[in-house]
Amino acid sequence: MTASDASSAAGAVSRSLRRTRPRYGEAVIKGMLLTAALVSVATTVGIVVSLIPPAVEFFRTVSVSEFLTGTQWTPLFAEKHFGVLPLVAATLVITSIALLIAIPVGLGAAIYLSEYADPRLRQWLKPSLEVLAGIPTVVYGFFALAFITPLLKDILPSGWTLDVRNGLAAGLVMGVMIVPTIASLTEDALSAVPHALREGSFALGSGKRTTSVRVVVPAALSGIVAACVLGISRAVGETMIVLIAAGVSAEFTIKPLGEMETMTAFIARAASGDVPVGSISYNTIFAVGALLFLATFVMNLISIRLVRKYREVYE
Amino acid sequence: MTAVPETPSSLKTTATAVQETDMTSPSDAATGGTKTPQVSFREAPALTSPVFEVGGLSVFYGDHEAVRDVNMTIGERQITAMIGPSGCGKSTVLRCFNRMNDLIPTARVAGKIHYHDEDLYGRDVDPIEVRRRIGMVFQKPNPFPKSIYDNIAYGPRVGGFRGNLDDLVEETLTHAALWDEVKDKLKTSALALSGGQQQRLCIARTIAVKPEVILMDEPCSALDPIATAKIEDLMEHLAQEFTIVIVTHNMQQAARVSHRTAFFTADVDDKGVRHGRLVEYDETELIFSNPCDQRTEDYISGRFG
Ligand SMILES: Nc1ncnc2c1ncn2[C@@H]1O[C@H](COP(=O)(O)OP(=O)(O)OP(=O)(O)O)[C@@H](O)[C@H]1O
Ligand SMILES: [Mg+2]
Repeated sequence: MTASDASSAAGAVSRSLRRTRPRYGEAVIKGMLLTAALVSVATTVGIVVSLIPPAVEFFRTVSVSEFLTGTQWTPLFAEKHFGVLPLVAATLVITSIALLIAIPVGLGAAIYLSEYADPRLRQWLKPSLEVLAGIPTVVYGFFALAFITPLLKDILPSGWTLDVRNGLAAGLVMGVMIVPTIASLTEDALSAVPHALREGSFALGSGKRTTSVRVVVPAALSGIVAACVLGISRAVGETMIVLIAAGVSAEFTIKPLGEMETMTAFIARAASGDVPVGSISYNTIFAVGALLFLATFVMNLISIRLVRKYREVYE
Repeated sequence: MTAVPETPSSLKTTATAVQETDMTSPSDAATGGTKTPQVSFREAPALTSPVFEVGGLSVFYGDHEAVRDVNMTIGERQITAMIGPSGCGKSTVLRCFNRMNDLIPTARVAGKIHYHDEDLYGRDVDPIEVRRRIGMVFQKPNPFPKSIYDNIAYGPRVGGFRGNLDDLVEETLTHAALWDEVKDKLKTSALALSGGQQQRLCIARTIAVKPEVILMDEPCSALDPIATAKIEDLMEHLAQEFTIVIVTHNMQQAARVSHRTAFFTADVDDKGVRHGRLVEYDETELIFSNPCDQRTEDYISGRFG
């Protein structure tokens, strides 16, 4: 209603309720937003679809069981073996090291920021934590290679021989890289828990720790799990750090002191080399890519289930 | 001018229904110690042994002195009502009684509050122990997003309760007049309950830790008259065991349930800053039938400003 409508409406009792002017603006905005939503969905679908034909082609040559259970991975060599387990093992080991750092530190930082920190300190601390998330991963990779590995060499007991490129340093630095993601999203989830719930808990004579652990964290669980899953996805998908700091050896091992090649590092290395389109090496990249996609997809499904099951809805 | 509670008769227990429909003048009903609990004021307003002694209490939020120089004594096993216009500091004073104000970083308390002769703000006093003994029910029901059972069990578990939790939950819910409504769904979420049931659950949760005092900040303001009546019944029942302090905007409620009433208002000083003050504190019957202060009379009779 415009201002002139309002003033003339004072006496006009029987003014019609029907719209006098069509609202084109709404329709345009709605259309633009819909397009944006569709583009993002279409891209995802497009990527998945483009993965399929080369991957299918790959499995014409290599059986699925050989791919999934073989322990030798030499697709770019003259004598080719296509057992993906070395890559899977490297990915799992490095991701686990990263999460061992990132989840406790990230959750701890988030609980501190949201429940304990003075508001002024938080105002200052949270943005600086988020800056960490903006550092390019290539910097982290170089940091791992140039600083962490030498440091580890000094710290580790003398019997342990650490290679120049190794899974341990890559995993540790990757953990540091993920901390801000987990901390920031978890902090958002914790801060969104209504203050009234905390007061309810305090009024029953529980302290800060009990209130945080037994009331606030459970109430924010779905957000926290989402934060951790995003952290895991970032770890599994991280390429630069492992490419630089973890090396290329495709030996099947779970010992992180030596070189390790993850799925992502293999894809990056193979794709940056000279691979003729349609060759088996080319198709291998897509097979590993499809496996990577499947793994993250399944993980997301599981986490959605978990969240549904355990979350405490507070509204 | 007296503002006398007019209880909608159907909402109360039916035992004394005859008297509720009594059409005699309200002021008649309000006088004397006649046993007409639905219409008359509470009996026995003589001050029982003091639980809280408040002297020269001022509360600051930052530089703002929100409440100034409050003096009052709250008696054991009585229901004390705090009334007054919005923003006059009722909640602020109430939250001093269990040190909830400690949780607001800018809040500062000056003056004396003694709880059974012990300085509530004394150096060695543990606010957690204070809150365990002095429980609080909030304006908006705030059950934890857990099961009904876990809501009740939360306080005892945190307090290191050793004993049969199942029995405690049943006993507590029965005490809060909620057992029959929820006994078949103890494991379902407390948020599936109605607002009135949630509020009774919050009261139950509070009495599960066996406090000595229950503070209630407008516990019925979000509830319909039926749920309100249930909670008022519950309060009368609880007052046999607990000391209750209730903040309410509902004058009838204050008159119906409380033994003593404190009337607060806010003064505006020459700089335009509002300071809450305790204007008058006395037996509920006197406050409502024969207040000393003109502001009290204006407020309870509905004439503001
Ligand atoms: N957390 C806070 N920070 C700063 N000022 C506050 C805070 N809480 C209350 N105040 C101020 O203290 C004064 C008293 O507030 P209080 O909530 O105690 O009033 P009240 O009597 O409970 O009002 P109502 O009836 O609306 O609940 C108000 O001026 C309010 O602005
Ligand atoms: Mg209030």
